[in-house]
Amino acid sequence: MLDYVDGSSLAGPMRELFAVDVTAVEGRCAGCGLAGPLANLRVYGHDHGPGVVGRCPGCDEVILRLVRTPTDAWLDLRGAVSLRFSM
Amino acid sequence: MSPGFSGRRQPAGPKLPPGQYLTQDFPVLSAGPTPRVPLDTWEFTVITETGERHTWSWAELTALPAEDVTVDIHCVTKWSKLQTHWRGVPIATLLDDVETAADFALAHSYGGYTTNVPLDDLLDGQAWIAYEFEGEPLAPEHGGPARLLVPHLYFWKSAKWVRGLQLLLEDEPGFWETAGYHDYGDPWREQRYQGD
Repeated sequence: MLDYVDGSSLAGPMRELFAVDVTAVEGRCAGCGLAGPLANLRVYGHDHGPGVVGRCPGCDEVILRLVRTPTDAWLDLRGAVSLRFSM
Repeated sequence: MSPGFSGRRQPAGPKLPPGQYLTQDFPVLSAGPTPRVPLDTWEFTVITETGERHTWSWAELTALPAEDVTVDIHCVTKWSKLQTHWRGVPIATLLDDVETAADFALAHSYGGYTTNVPLDDLLDGQAWIAYEFEGEPLAPEHGGPARLLVPHLYFWKSAKWVRGLQLLLEDEPGFWETAGYHDYGDPWREQRYQGD
């Protein structure tokens, strides 16, 4: 059994923060340089974890982390070189 | 008895910290793939603030005097599990011959996870490198071959797949602590998030 789900699961939790559907946004991994839509990430912690962790499908490095507390959302994108939004 | 109480799913007993519910399962929460670490290459390293390294192989770790401990564990995602049985080596034993002036430790794991704990919270019978759970070798999904066990703090501090401790003069937040979680994480004071 896989212990992760695909990045399309980010659509719900990220919609609170972004006006666009981020799963179609192209991200580039700071670890290995692989680029692709966030929907391709491997997402851990989706099932009642402390937060969601999106990892690169190429090198498993962390690309994004999102923690939702009762009052705040914490978004860490250190693992992404860039996010490319199609305008 | 107040009828309002009859419908409660998991009544909080006196042994549970605030906001926690009791579970009989052992839920698996992961921030990444489960590392599989062969015992012949596994090692545990303490690095002091001066860069001095102390390393134990699996054989060396398991040759040290171990303790059997029965403790309650509390996950920040609100489940608690009571009376869990572990076997492991007290952190104090590993630090016996380590010269340090550090007040803080950052635990590092295979797979890249980190978490910070004040050094005092790892001593005096409060923390272990645990390698057995309920009489069996600790399974990989629960952090085996060995995990940090610091049961008086929320369980994210009990780093799975632990590979070392970095001793520090200044506190350095770890994986969840840099993303909104509390630096200390005392379940009895419900220190889940920064500012709690």
